[in-house]
Amino acid sequence: MAYVVATMNQTHSCSAAVLKRFGRNEAIFRWFAFGAACLVLLVFAGIIAALCNGAWLALSTFGFGFLTSTAWNPVTGKFGALPAIYGTLMTSALAMIIAVPVGIGTAIFLTDLCPRPLRRPVGIAIELLAGIPSIIYGIWGLFVFAPFFQQSVEPRIINAFGDVPLLTNLFAGPPYGIGIFTASLILSIMVLPFISAVARDVFETVPPMLKEAAYGLGCTRWEVTWNVVLPFARTGVVGGSMLALGRALGETMAVTFVIGNAHAIPSSLFAPGTTISATIANEFTEAVGDLYVSSLIAIGLILFVITFLVLAAAQLMLRRLEARAGGRNQ
Amino acid sequence: MRMKLYARRRLRNGIFVALSIAAAAFGIGWLALILGTLVIEGASGMSTTLFTLPTMPPGSSGGVSNAIFGSVVMSAIAVAVGTPVGILAGTWLAEYGRHARFAVFVRFVNDILLSAPSILVGLFIYELFVVHMGHFSAIAGAAALAVIVIPVVVRTTENMLLLVPNTLREAAAALGTPRNFVIRTVTWRAARAGIITGVLLAIARISGETAPLLFTAFGNQFPSSDLNAPIASLPVVIFQFANSAYDDWHRLAWAAALLITFAVLSLSILARIFESKRISQ
Repeated sequence: MAYVVATMNQTHSCSAAVLKRFGRNEAIFRWFAFGAACLVLLVFAGIIAALCNGAWLALSTFGFGFLTSTAWNPVTGKFGALPAIYGTLMTSALAMIIAVPVGIGTAIFLTDLCPRPLRRPVGIAIELLAGIPSIIYGIWGLFVFAPFFQQSVEPRIINAFGDVPLLTNLFAGPPYGIGIFTASLILSIMVLPFISAVARDVFETVPPMLKEAAYGLGCTRWEVTWNVVLPFARTGVVGGSMLALGRALGETMAVTFVIGNAHAIPSSLFAPGTTISATIANEFTEAVGDLYVSSLIAIGLILFVITFLVLAAAQLMLRRLEARAGGRNQ
Repeated sequence: MRMKLYARRRLRNGIFVALSIAAAAFGIGWLALILGTLVIEGASGMSTTLFTLPTMPPGSSGGVSNAIFGSVVMSAIAVAVGTPVGILAGTWLAEYGRHARFAVFVRFVNDILLSAPSILVGLFIYELFVVHMGHFSAIAGAAALAVIVIPVVVRTTENMLLLVPNTLREAAAALGTPRNFVIRTVTWRAARAGIITGVLLAIARISGETAPLLFTAFGNQFPSSDLNAPIASLPVVIFQFANSAYDDWHRLAWAAALLITFAVLSLSILARIFESKRISQ
């Protein structure tokens, strides 16, 4: 009996040591994983801190006027963000006007119209558009698209709308090839897959019963899509579009090549302009003087604030959607 | 009257179907156009000297070997640093903090980082590294790329771990296995193909990134293997050469562009193969 107790005690103490080691390993692993998660936050905080720190000089020098000034003169040291902000918002807005309907149309084609065997290859092809690096869009836009646009498309549009009031301002001026409209068009091609991917995923969550009921009433495809599918998928489509908008706002290389880099607010869509990211990419390494560098970082901070708001809204919408889908599956 | 209504509905439906098909054709058309020009223009600039010679002044035939080297080195460092951090953070989100409020916050921030403009990452690393070191360097470029790798890996790791059935975890835990042991030997193993997919996607993403390298790694005309000095990279070389006025530099830019696109697309296809493996399991 005593012998058994002794062995039991022995095994017990042995396993206690093992358990202690296990516990320690567990704690180490857990803290490492937690630390990594905190590092993600730290990077985010670091970006904000670095931008604020770098932008401080420009913002304290120019104050609130930095946002509304159109000056951009490195020689006299006067800087204003308005042309870049205008270009960023304008190109992104135009890109969304093109990309949202096309993206939704593509998603409808992929979920409803496409013959089954073609579905996968067509879907992959559209996704490949998102995989192509932005510098490729840039070099293609500069060497192929802009010259073509300048020679074949712009003169015709300018001639056609030259006499129409309102439109004559939008499409005025010499055909440069590069400019706000070209940048918007290339942006729209780039963000198209983001919209169509999210829209397709949401369209597939529409309960078939709803669609079949509508078809059973004799609805056409258009009526089913407009009255059943789109209302059901609204949040997802808007969320996906916001995600795409976030990408368009911050897109750098493709825009830098084809925007023209002019610090001006042109009334014509065909005239060159600039965006925040293009200005930074073009001028940062050549910027001389603290104020110049600081002004560039300050417009970077503005870009950060704009994209953060858009992306945060997109997150909230898509999260709500996920919660709804999760609730239904359970 | 009734027939007229029906005809109108049919017409409207016909227009809608035609527009949807046109929308899909729009996207595929651009893809074909871009890839087509890329292959034609890039193939004419392809040669063995592209891989063996460094960048040279315009007029003398050069290659982009130093840029390829720089891109590979910086990507390798970025992946070596970013992947463990990303996998651990994704693991924490999926395994430990799944429903914690803090995890919701981390997830939110990570998804913002995932789509945040990469040029801002460049500005961040510029302030963090370049300003303090006083010069551009390969290390700073690699750090910028690592910042881009982390959110991609975090997102895919978490998604893949959440797909692992809870019964697997419970079975392992019922044997008395400590949690980190369960994670390392059961859930990571079950999600391995998915996690590798995430890493491949991250590599594909950073191999085309230009904006964050412009003012971190900067670029270097000469071959350099010094991590503490500016280093050339393929995307930045494309940017500089395409913006130049020399035809032979333009040719090199196209060839380099073809090279990058080929690398990125094959990585995406590889990732897809791994992903389909996960599904078949």
